[in-house]
Amino acid sequence: MSSTRTTPPSPAGTRRSVRRPGDRVFAGTAKGAGILILVILAGVAAFLVVEAVPALTAPAEDIPGESGLASYVAPLVFGTLLAAVIALLVATPLAVAIALFIGYYAPRRMAQGLGYLVDLLAAIPSIVYGFWGIFWLAPKLVPFYEWLERNLGFIPLFAGPASTTGRTMLTAGLVLAVMILPIVSAISREVFLQVPSLHREAALALGATRWEMIRMAVLPYGRSGVIGGAMLGLGRALGETMAVAIVLSVSGGITFNLISSGNPSTIAANIALEFPESSGIDINTLIASGLALFVITLAVNMLARAIVNRRADFSGAN
Amino acid sequence: MSQTSTAPAPTGSSAPTPRRGERARRVPNWAPWAAFAGAAVVVGALWPLLDLNIALFVLYTVVLGTLAVYLLTRSVEGSRQAIDRLVTCLVVSAFGLAMVPLVSLVWEVVSRGIGRLDGTFFNSSLVGIVGEGGGAYHAIMGTLIITALTTLISVPIGLMTAVFLVEYARGRLKRAITFLVDVMTGIPSIVAGLFAYALFAIFLGPGVRLGIMGAIALSVLMIPVVVRSAEEVLKLVPNELREASYALGVPKWRTIVKVVIPTAIAGLGTGVTLAIARVVGETAPLLITLGITTATNLNAFDGRMATLPVYAYYQLTQPGVPPQFATDRAWTAALVLIILVMGLNVVARLISRFFAPKSGR
Amino acid sequence: MAKRIDVSDLHIYYGNFLAVENVNVSIEPRSITALIGPSGCGKSTFLRSLNRMHEVIPGARVEGKVVMDGVDLYGSDVDPVDVRRQIGMVFQRPNPFPTMSIYENVAAGLRLNAKRMKKSDLDDLVERSLKGANLWTEVKDRLDRPGAGLSGGQQQRLCIARAIAVEPDVLLMDEPCSALDPISTLAIEDLMTELKERFTIVIVTHNMQQAARVSEQTGFFNLNGVGQPGRLIEFNPTEKIFSNPDQKATEDYISGRFG
Repeated sequence: MSSTRTTPPSPAGTRRSVRRPGDRVFAGTAKGAGILILVILAGVAAFLVVEAVPALTAPAEDIPGESGLASYVAPLVFGTLLAAVIALLVATPLAVAIALFIGYYAPRRMAQGLGYLVDLLAAIPSIVYGFWGIFWLAPKLVPFYEWLERNLGFIPLFAGPASTTGRTMLTAGLVLAVMILPIVSAISREVFLQVPSLHREAALALGATRWEMIRMAVLPYGRSGVIGGAMLGLGRALGETMAVAIVLSVSGGITFNLISSGNPSTIAANIALEFPESSGIDINTLIASGLALFVITLAVNMLARAIVNRRADFSGAN
Repeated sequence: MSQTSTAPAPTGSSAPTPRRGERARRVPNWAPWAAFAGAAVVVGALWPLLDLNIALFVLYTVVLGTLAVYLLTRSVEGSRQAIDRLVTCLVVSAFGLAMVPLVSLVWEVVSRGIGRLDGTFFNSSLVGIVGEGGGAYHAIMGTLIITALTTLISVPIGLMTAVFLVEYARGRLKRAITFLVDVMTGIPSIVAGLFAYALFAIFLGPGVRLGIMGAIALSVLMIPVVVRSAEEVLKLVPNELREASYALGVPKWRTIVKVVIPTAIAGLGTGVTLAIARVVGETAPLLITLGITTATNLNAFDGRMATLPVYAYYQLTQPGVPPQFATDRAWTAALVLIILVMGLNVVARLISRFFAPKSGR
Repeated sequence: MAKRIDVSDLHIYYGNFLAVENVNVSIEPRSITALIGPSGCGKSTFLRSLNRMHEVIPGARVEGKVVMDGVDLYGSDVDPVDVRRQIGMVFQRPNPFPTMSIYENVAAGLRLNAKRMKKSDLDDLVERSLKGANLWTEVKDRLDRPGAGLSGGQQQRLCIARAIAVEPDVLLMDEPCSALDPISTLAIEDLMTELKERFTIVIVTHNMQQAARVSEQTGFFNLNGVGQPGRLIEFNPTEKIFSNPDQKATEDYISGRFG
């Protein structure tokens, strides 16, 4: 008989108890599934690296453009960041306003339904956004771009010449903004809902107007959550492929001109456009650019999660 | 829309008024409405002068109306109330603005896609089609097969991972997996496609295109969604039920399989359906792993397959001459895709409503 | 097949926190043993350690011996699942399985363990268990209805029926009446006096009248202060506890001077 009085009480201290075979198998399977997640993620990185290596070691003239991998990828990285930043700048304030509307302005009974409408934007496939962007949004923006060129042409961003099709970097950014709107607004909504009602009521009891209450109690409390949500949106925008591939008219390198028809492509869109017709070292090059995208989005997402999770620790929701 | 909220709620703004005792005057409830109506009339009158279109008309009306409300409130109630009104107008406009893409997109897809939503579209492929006619039978079947395969791969892995996280895992491993699942939700879909390609290219040589590759790529995207939703739902199962089962001498694994999962089944069904909706419209990973065909291929382990999103993409971007027929097919494919996604969303809501555990209370 | 339980030198921990200290007690078969004491004194923790439900909580563990039938329940070769089949438990809040009918709830102990049984035998067992829990006449016409649709008192008796359907030797009850109205409570108390013919019953209760009404033996748990471990202060026949306890603390508690 194993009386624990004789065994020294270790800090963990638990007796190894009998486990049935069924339990052991089931627990093992569950653990295996969990570990498989780690393996998949590691596999994504590993296989991309393996397939990217030929491009990394190839002589510069073998890479498309014939001036090396770095100068092939650089404009793509630039285009990716530019489109995503435009999307972020447009979407974040809008998403916060929408979250406030649903949380604090819309009539109670309608709020849930309205929230569902915004979520519908997230359900629409990205290819359909591409269709909408090129056929509906882009032509509608042409007069606006012409106006920008006429009146604000002295700003390099709007130097023109304005695209006659509307398939510009700004259009792509706006389509991306619509696409990331639901996730940013959903996370903002979530944090705003967690603002303790005591804080809000205290503000109102002091005679604050609704906006003053929001400025005093809601926004400071939700700030880091909104930042995290925006970062997640940024991650989405960076990796978004089809909408950009369809909407953006690609020709040219790095430029800040947002309304002309000569734009750098984005990494993801470039892969989608080039991959089906590529072979040999070109494919390795595309995979290398994909690896760069993977690293960028991974960094952004990890940062975003760290921000969101740190906030969750403070809110006491767990 | 909900301009009612623009009007001051009696409780909202009356509180400070009597206390201050200096501002007895208030803007009547109908005034903001009147301001916007007036703005509409003014802008409407200027329509011929400014060469307006409907979008600009709405824009000018909203700007002018907001300005009028602000100035009116400022002169009558003071700047604090005026700023409050101003923000209300802005917030409502923001929501209205967000509805513009949704409405225009649905309208655009439906009006352009409805024309070819006919029998031919659903029961013929593109073999031998140059101009008119043809359909997406092969692409629809491809999408169904790939989605089914993806679900078959993702649901067991995702569900078991969720079970592990909720019922077994503890400490550092749990934190690591939770974090990486979060990170995995952020993998760009094109990267998932490249991963599947790289995986198969290493073993089968470059240029390989298979249905199963697409399913694996989509699984990378779907698994984290399934884990997340299943985890949330399993956490909702009360501990009392687990304890009741243990106390009957039921081993832990049987408790999970026969008590915990059945109790959570409605939520799990909803989560899986939404996860399917999420991947069914994915284009980029399928574009580089499956390619496209004109003929029907139902074997996911043999060569290229057509899928609905990729079909739509190629019909739009490489329409042939004259382009009209292919473009029409592309829009119809987009319409079918939207119907599919929305349908799955509705099904998910229905599951959660009708299959929730029956409670007599 | 009621059995006797001997507890010796039992220490119960949550992680590194000692919750209950050094319990030595013998629980008699075919009788009702009541455990009383103020909140947080460890009586429920002690009860849960008797059928190894305590260790379900992460980090929870015990030291010492709980011997039934000459076997240490915490022996290294003892499967906790087997222990729980011999020692059933009824919880504070009624917890019928929401996905199962009344019939399935009673049969759950067998069904969940995939015991094969003839339909007629299973019917008999369900009827016998429901009769044993004094619930048969109330539910015999609606056995296929969800168990969650019953009233609180009926649900608790359903849980008792579910517990006795697996034919344990001992029945542990953790404040089984605290969520019930007085009439349902009376029904459960009557039921307990019937059940003690067949089972060893241990009940944790906050209600001293209840302990006085139903039990033969009573144990009084107490703790010196927050953060201190709970201890078994006194264990004696119920009559003695309520009329002439050995310990001053027991008398103070019984007479309502604290707790």
